[in-house]
Amino acid sequence: MAGEISDAIIRVRDITVQFGKMRVLDGLNLDVKRGEILGFVGPSGAGKSVLTRTIIGLVPKLSGRIEVFGVDLDAASAAERRGVERRWGILFQQGALFSSLTVRQNIQFPVREYLNVSQRLLDEIMVAKLGMVGLRPEVADRYPSELSGGMIKRVALARALALDPELVFLDEPTSGLDPIGAGDFDELVRTLQRTLGLTVFMVTHDLDSLYTACDRIAVLGNGKIIAAGSIADMQASQHPWLRQYFHGKRARAVMG
Amino acid sequence: MVSGNPTLERIARGNALALCATGAWTARFAPVLERMVADAEKLGGTRPNIFIDVSRVSKLDTFGAWLIERLRRSLTQGGVEAQIAGLSANYSSLVDEVRRVKAEPIVETDRVTITGMLEQIGRSVAGVGGTLVGLIEMLGAVLAAAGHVLIRPRGFRLTSTIHHLEQVCWRAVPIVVLITFLIGCIISQQGIFHFRKFGADIFVVDMLGVLVLREIGVLLVAIMVAGRSGSAYTAELGSMKMREEIDALRTMGFDPIEVLILPRMLALVLALPILEFLGAMAALYGGGLVAWLYGGVDPEAFLLRLRDAISIDHFIVGIIKAPVMAAVIGIVACVEGLAVQGSAESLGQHTTSSVVKGIFFVIVMDGVFAIFFASIGM
Repeated sequence: MAGEISDAIIRVRDITVQFGKMRVLDGLNLDVKRGEILGFVGPSGAGKSVLTRTIIGLVPKLSGRIEVFGVDLDAASAAERRGVERRWGILFQQGALFSSLTVRQNIQFPVREYLNVSQRLLDEIMVAKLGMVGLRPEVADRYPSELSGGMIKRVALARALALDPELVFLDEPTSGLDPIGAGDFDELVRTLQRTLGLTVFMVTHDLDSLYTACDRIAVLGNGKIIAAGSIADMQASQHPWLRQYFHGKRARAVMG
Repeated sequence: MVSGNPTLERIARGNALALCATGAWTARFAPVLERMVADAEKLGGTRPNIFIDVSRVSKLDTFGAWLIERLRRSLTQGGVEAQIAGLSANYSSLVDEVRRVKAEPIVETDRVTITGMLEQIGRSVAGVGGTLVGLIEMLGAVLAAAGHVLIRPRGFRLTSTIHHLEQVCWRAVPIVVLITFLIGCIISQQGIFHFRKFGADIFVVDMLGVLVLREIGVLLVAIMVAGRSGSAYTAELGSMKMREEIDALRTMGFDPIEVLILPRMLALVLALPILEFLGAMAALYGGGLVAWLYGGVDPEAFLLRLRDAISIDHFIVGIIKAPVMAAVIGIVACVEGLAVQGSAESLGQHTTSSVVKGIFFVIVMDGVFAIFFASIGM
């Protein structure tokens, strides 16, 4: 169970989310520490994306409290909320790039809306962000429909990072990427976390990501966090799902 | 972390100049930072040596790091020995990262010019021929699929056809009946108002009967169906195209025309005559009601006059047009739906053009029919 952590950037307390009669999250508690990369795992359909979307505010919750940057999101005024939203970036599972805007416009969109800066700076920052996610400036004038799956993820990450957020949510960032691309992406997240001092909340199914990128892992099951800790803690756990997950055929292959 | 407003102080140290950056060099202050850096860039050439001292920067992000890098590059280009000093270990990797950015400005590719606009017009005109060919191609493909289904009736999708029939026919009945009823009322009221001036009130029945059965009924219903169902077909097929569902069907060995388009076309071709009939009846009823209440033509006289004024030919002319109009609307809607590209904007454009072209072709077809029926004396 996640204990009380003093410098938590996200603090989730007793969250309950219900769709119709189906209770997806049931009194869930979770803390994310400043500056860490938290890997969030769990069986398909356990509600990983639901929790992410609840924290971001896209899914209404039945009860509970969510604090991000120490701001209680339910009690926050519209202006406070916008202030919080400016400080986080979100990478959606399918990228969610605006299909009628080019890569350049997609990345510049949040910057243009929030900051009153010159077109020159917008372009330079866009090139810098593209460089950070490992893309060449030549892709700037392409539309999302002209990009490969991996490039879409990278552009979406560049857009999530456009305003230099302190916190990024990544929803299955490596799904649909080839193993080399996925490995690069993990490396990228690590590098960005070091250079920009990011806190990363990463929903993932990728064992490689858990081993190489994450500082801490939280496991979701039956609407609660069933375990949280380092990769070693996970491997030592006696929980049946965790045993299967971290000692299954694929896990052994990853550990070599 | 307490982060004050950023500043860039100039401190002269003998022959050299130190630019002392303090405060938070972050995105929030980007407009201020940009101005300060632009001012500092003018110092190029005044001193041989300039240090950019960042040791007192409380917070740095990509924006701040890039602006410091931009200042350094600009000073270096001006022939000054510019160096960044006092960089803390936390931020050195960020500065290294932005140092790799190539700053040559990217040229916007799409610019509005007169030749570009003329080219656009030319392409649109040339595109008209392409549109017609596309429509004929789709008509051929649909007929071929229909023939295929006739030979092998098990391939016919009855459930899907019934589903679409419910969507385009049954659910359209209330709005179609309401609107045609109101139009019938208006025609009748206007007719009586103007005919009364020369004592020809009763001829409003002739006008109403001929107009509604031959033209207004079918045109009005076809336009409503184009707006209601044509747009829906385009949006459905378009979003299926965007999500590669149509490609998936094709790779499983199904013909999208047979699976998706034929049931839709058939539903539309069956629906429009039914709606046309209901609409015409509603319009006649509305017209008769107004004639009675407003013009004093009692229902018996109205019906008697109607029987004299119109023949079955008028009704046939209207009802024959309906399935043809339906086919035109359906073909246009399906062609536009399959032409949708990857973006949401493209979906919107094609849905718009589906309705616009659908209505346009309906009216053109109506004109062609008018000439045809006049020449065969119907």
